Amino acid sequence: MEPIKSLQGRIAPLPINDIDTDQIIPARFLKTTNKDGLGKQCFFDWRYNADGGDREDFILNQPEYRGASVLVAGHNFGCGSSREHAPWALLGMGWRAVVSTDFADIFRNNALKNGLLPVIVDEETHRQLVSLAEEDPTTEVAIDLEAQMLTLPDGRKVTFPIDGFSKYCLLNGVDQLGFLLSLEEEVGQYETASPQRVNTLA
Amino acid sequence: MTTQPKTLFEKVWDAHLVRPQTDSTPAVLYIDLHLVHEVTSPQAFTLLRQRGLKVRRPDQTLGTMDHSTPTTPRNSLGIIPVVDVQASAQLDQFTQNCQDFGIPMYALGTENQGIVHVIGPEQGLTQPGMTIVCGDSHTSTHGAFGALAFGIGTSEVAHVLATQTLLQYKPKTMAVRVDGVLADGVVAKDIILAIIAKIGVGGGTGHVFEYMGSAIRSLNMEGRMTICNMSIEGGARAGMVAPDETTFEYVAGRTYAPKGADWDAAIARWRALPSDDDAHFDAEVTLNANELIPMITYGTNPGMGMPIDGRIPDPDAQTSVAARTALDKALGYMGLRPNEPLLGKKIDVVFVGSCTNSRIGDLRQAAKMIEGRKVADSVRMMVVPGSQQVKRQAEAEGLDEIFKAAGAEWREAGCSMCIAMNGDQLQPGQYAVSTSNRNFEGRQGKGGRTFLASPLTAVASAINGHITDPRTLLVPEMA
Repeated sequence: MEPIKSLQGRIAPLPINDIDTDQIIPARFLKTTNKDGLGKQCFFDWRYNADGGDREDFILNQPEYRGASVLVAGHNFGCGSSREHAPWALLGMGWRAVVSTDFADIFRNNALKNGLLPVIVDEETHRQLVSLAEEDPTTEVAIDLEAQMLTLPDGRKVTFPIDGFSKYCLLNGVDQLGFLLSLEEEVGQYETASPQRVNTLA
Repeated sequence: MTTQPKTLFEKVWDAHLVRPQTDSTPAVLYIDLHLVHEVTSPQAFTLLRQRGLKVRRPDQTLGTMDHSTPTTPRNSLGIIPVVDVQASAQLDQFTQNCQDFGIPMYALGTENQGIVHVIGPEQGLTQPGMTIVCGDSHTSTHGAFGALAFGIGTSEVAHVLATQTLLQYKPKTMAVRVDGVLADGVVAKDIILAIIAKIGVGGGTGHVFEYMGSAIRSLNMEGRMTICNMSIEGGARAGMVAPDETTFEYVAGRTYAPKGADWDAAIARWRALPSDDDAHFDAEVTLNANELIPMITYGTNPGMGMPIDGRIPDPDAQTSVAARTALDKALGYMGLRPNEPLLGKKIDVVFVGSCTNSRIGDLRQAAKMIEGRKVADSVRMMVVPGSQQVKRQAEAEGLDEIFKAAGAEWREAGCSMCIAMNGDQLQPGQYAVSTSNRNFEGRQGKGGRTFLASPLTAVASAINGHITDPRTLLVPEMA
């Protein structure tokens, strides 16, 4: 994974609460066995007409939001299923960060493991970002992961929370599996001390 | 020496710590049972291959096919044909992955195959005090046994395959207390729909629920599973019920349940699991079961639910802009008007199935209500057993004949129309009363519109062809 220190990009608004993972990537696209092509299917049913053309009523289809990389979404983004296809699809569509007031637990975990930054801000900052994005699609924000700081166009800075371990992994471009593998001895000790509860091969 | 009183969750959590949380790292949690299925595992196996890793504990891992499998009848050779090329390739790859990594697997149509959250308990693999994970958010189902069970993403599937551990920050706890006695025609599904309507779909974020109170205690294991199953729809990754005699009775004698002296030792351990008196919960919510009537959803998330005799909320009456916008959008998608009742609303499809409500008890209730009656001509009703074992049991009891005589379809086991990635789906614009767990836009098929309800409400609605209060169609033996 590429290390992520900071990013800068245009913001696009999708201020709908409780956007579930079935909207981010509908289940019928989960028959894939890799991560390719999911970006084109991201928000599929909101994004395309029956004939495959872009829906005019989907805000992210408006030309001025093309190329935006920071999605400003409503409360409880990513609720529903555990499919990691959701962050894969968002990354495939070009998003690098999602800003919301709150994220569903499993989605946030999945996003952090793939270098898609879930940025939690307070309600007021969120409202301001939505307004800015709606009024001026050229609006850019800067996100500094090291400092856990989001900078608004007016220079105002707000901090955002991220757990230290995920932050370390993102800054250094390492995944979490390596850390777990390094604990093999401790896992072995646990297994010796604790009886196996079930044996699926028995 | 005095010890700090602990909740059920904390006891299970503490017993599985390979390493506690530190300032710089999350806790490392040992996983007793890892369930895998074809949809969320392929990329995890690919990662293992790329890194030359093995599955650390294939003997604590079990695969089953369920999500992308058709539920159409078997052919003359007894095989369930998979006509979807992509699904077929995914299932083949899953077979290969399980074979290559030495993981036992229940293939489509075989004796024990079924929905992952139905087969775990059915086989006796799901036991009190265990940690159980699966790449599926409804893994919370297994919490009904007093296990800590939650859904994980595909990266985490790879973590568990390779190391049998997971990195986790300790969640908060929420006591969900339901006291009272359920009236006739009101069931476990109504309890959980009422809880989610009360707290909202994000109400449990960051928490593990513990369901307690006299109404929960009096439920059988299937009812408890229905409730724990939908914990995630309230935002909680896991929901738990303290194990008791009902739990032990259910587990006893199942294939993977402890036997003999091991059973006695297990029971002794399990009896120590319930939350201590005075154990601290970070939050609490209560529900009075005495006042509960059948519940139904009207919107596009499981939190948009109401008593079945209610009227659809008015967006203009909402206090926040966000709530108004969400409700407007939901009613637009559902084609419903504010303040209208749902009773009497014409429907096209009834789906009885899913990891929420596809167990033998659900099917018995459904069959009892529909016996001697007919599905309305305008309605397609599908009954999809949760596993091959449930299917065989139902057939042994003649339930399949009751459903077929009423005009319902009797299908093979699988996730079916709950996830609509297997050929079973609504057509655009159709209305369905569904016993599954999600009414998100397009969840049951693009453009399809879902009302979530109990099996009784679903069947009553199938009989009348419109949304019906099941209490009007109860038969004496159900009371």
